[in-house]
Amino acid sequence: MMPYFKFDYFGFDFSLVIAFVIGIGFGFALERGGFGNARILAAQFYFYNMRVLKVMFTAIVTAMLGLFYFSWIGWLDLSLVYIGDTYILPQIIGGLLLGMGFVIGGYCPGTSVVSASTGRTDGMIYLLGIFFGVFVFGEMFPLLEGFYNSTNMGRVTLPEFLGLSHGMIVFLVVAMALGAFAAAEWGEKVLAKKNGRGVE
Amino acid sequence: MTSLTGIFSKKESAAEEKIFTPKPYSNPYVVGVGLGLVLLAAFLIMGRGLGASGAVSTLVAVGVEKVAPDHAAQNNFYKEYLGDGTTNPLKDWLLFEVIGVVAGGFLSGTLAHRIKRTTEKGPNVSIRTRLIYAFVGGTIMGIGDRIARGCTSGLALTGGSLLSLGGWAFMFAVFGGGYAVAYFVRRQWL
Repeated sequence: MMPYFKFDYFGFDFSLVIAFVIGIGFGFALERGGFGNARILAAQFYFYNMRVLKVMFTAIVTAMLGLFYFSWIGWLDLSLVYIGDTYILPQIIGGLLLGMGFVIGGYCPGTSVVSASTGRTDGMIYLLGIFFGVFVFGEMFPLLEGFYNSTNMGRVTLPEFLGLSHGMIVFLVVAMALGAFAAAEWGEKVLAKKNGRGVE
Repeated sequence: MTSLTGIFSKKESAAEEKIFTPKPYSNPYVVGVGLGLVLLAAFLIMGRGLGASGAVSTLVAVGVEKVAPDHAAQNNFYKEYLGDGTTNPLKDWLLFEVIGVVAGGFLSGTLAHRIKRTTEKGPNVSIRTRLIYAFVGGTIMGIGDRIARGCTSGLALTGGSLLSLGGWAFMFAVFGGGYAVAYFVRRQWL
């Protein structure tokens, strides 16, 4: 029965080895996608290269379908997969800040690690900025703690929140992703023609 | 390397030249499926998703504790990452995962000849300005991901595929925040 770790197939120390191996796959995929390069990532916000959207939504759909079918067959106990609580206001405000940091600095935390490990100075400096930002947050935490813990909605998922079945939400997300891919392909072609710029 | 290529035939030295130009990035949909399978493996094996910013929190908390133990002990944020003292806080799943990300990125970059000491920026901005923007952006990101309790990998990707409400709200907020300020920093990229 999966997830294996929750059924004590192995101990904590071995889970760190798995963490390292999974991290290798994660870093490898990010680099393959061009996400070690700030220009590719930033292009998402100027519509001329929609790789971020394509890779992210494809990954979400792949993992989501995997979870859905493994749980449907009965190989996976989905209730044992950790889902963080929803703190709706801090997550929207934090998300807005993160989006700003993304387009100003050119990376997100995971991609800056790949950027730094492939030799990009801007990725290394960005990573230093993240450390500084987390430190600033830590020092300000006594002031922020109230907001940080506000609007806790617990472990809530879209099917529960919208009152639709799990399968229906999965279908809607797949449909939305396919629509977004079609729009992204079309948008890239239109802009490439207009600017005379390649899509790389 | 050049002395070695001399003993090869002309055809092979042409191939050698080709090898050292960086390969183009892979098809985004193929990469997306690959990334999704890595994420799925984390769910199936560990019962948890991917992350990145949590590892930074651990390192910052450990750093603050080394310099000012009393100060760290009074702060609930640092305490969360330092644990109760029975285990070493550096024995952290996300930290080991991020060390893997460093290795995986380097491995992929090496295989595709994309390892390069350079600064990624648009043509109309100096390296100095670009690096200042990188630091400022990183700082905003660091504050934002702690307020939200996760970053693009931990919340958007992981929470998104688990259909978490917070993950989806966060994801749309990230795109919203990005598009809202993109116009003002366009000189850096375009």
